[in-house]
Amino acid sequence: MKARVLIRPKEGILDPQGKAVERALPALGFEDVSHVRVGRMIELEAGDPDQIPALCEKLLANPLIEDFEIEHLDGDG
Amino acid sequence: MKFGVIQFPGSCDERDALAAGERAGEARMLWHGDRELGDVDAVVVPGGFSYGDYLRAGAIARFSPVMEAVREFAEAGGPVLGICNGFQVLCEAGLLPGALLGNEGIRFVCRQIELTVESDRSVFTADLEVGKRLSIPVKHGEGRYFAPDDVLDEIEARDQVAFRYAPGHNPNGSVRDIAGVSNEAGNVLGLMPHPEHAVDPLTGSTDGLRLFESVARAAAA
Repeated sequence: MKARVLIRPKEGILDPQGKAVERALPALGFEDVSHVRVGRMIELEAGDPDQIPALCEKLLANPLIEDFEIEHLDGDG
Repeated sequence: MKFGVIQFPGSCDERDALAAGERAGEARMLWHGDRELGDVDAVVVPGGFSYGDYLRAGAIARFSPVMEAVREFAEAGGPVLGICNGFQVLCEAGLLPGALLGNEGIRFVCRQIELTVESDRSVFTADLEVGKRLSIPVKHGEGRYFAPDDVLDEIEARDQVAFRYAPGHNPNGSVRDIAGVSNEAGNVLGLMPHPEHAVDPLTGSTDGLRLFESVARAAAA
C-alpha cells in the first residue's frame, strides 16, 4: 500500500519558515497570500497499512509539535 | 568521575566535550553503535548534527544502539548531559520534556550569550548558585524550546527549568526564555548553550566547566 504522509507544524506554533515564504511573496508581485505553513511530505509503501499511524507517531512526526495526515494512494493496495 | 562522550555520525563537539570532561575528571569516547557504556560514571550527548539531522534534529540518533544503554543508565539514576544536538536527542528520546524548533529568526545563531541559573536541583547545577549569570556560547539553528503550557507549568512547579536566557539574550524565541531543563529526578539535563566551549580562559569564559565539576563533585561525595 502506497501512502503519503503530510506533516505540518501544529496550529498555534510559530512557523518561521512559513513566515519567511509569506514575506517573500509580495516582492514577486504575489499579493494577498497569507497563512503560509511549511511542513514535510513523506511517501512510503507499507506491507501492512495499519501500522502507518503508529510509525507516524513514533518517528515521522513529533506529536508534541506536529500534526500529521495520512493519504492512501492506492485504495485497493 | 569518568565521563563517556557519545560520538554519532555527524557529531562535531565530542572533542571539546571530552576535553571538558578531562578537566573535571577522566573522559573517554563512546561510539553510537556501542550497546554498553562500560565503566563511565556520566554520559555526555554532545552537539553537532547526528545522522545529518535528517527528519528532525535528534530524531534518528535516539534510535541508535547506544541510546538504549543511555536510557537504562538514566533510568537507574546515572547522570546524563545533553548539549545542543544532545538536548534535541534527549527530548526526542522522551528523557526530557519538550521539543526544539527552528529558531524564531530563521537564521543559525552563533554567539556568546548570558544565562541565569534557575535551579540547583540537577546534579549538573548542584554546585551553582541560583540567580548567577553564566557566559556561555550558543550555536544552533533549531534551538527554540517549546512545550505546551500545561507541561511548562508542571516543569516550572517541579523546579526542572535549570537555565533561562538572561533578559535580552534569548537567541531563538524559546518559550519562557528556557535554555535548559532537567528531568524530574534531576540526573538528566539538557541545554542548548555549549558549556564544553566555555572551559578555558583562552575562549573568554570558564563558566561552562562548572557543570562538569558539579557532577564530578556530586559523584565524589
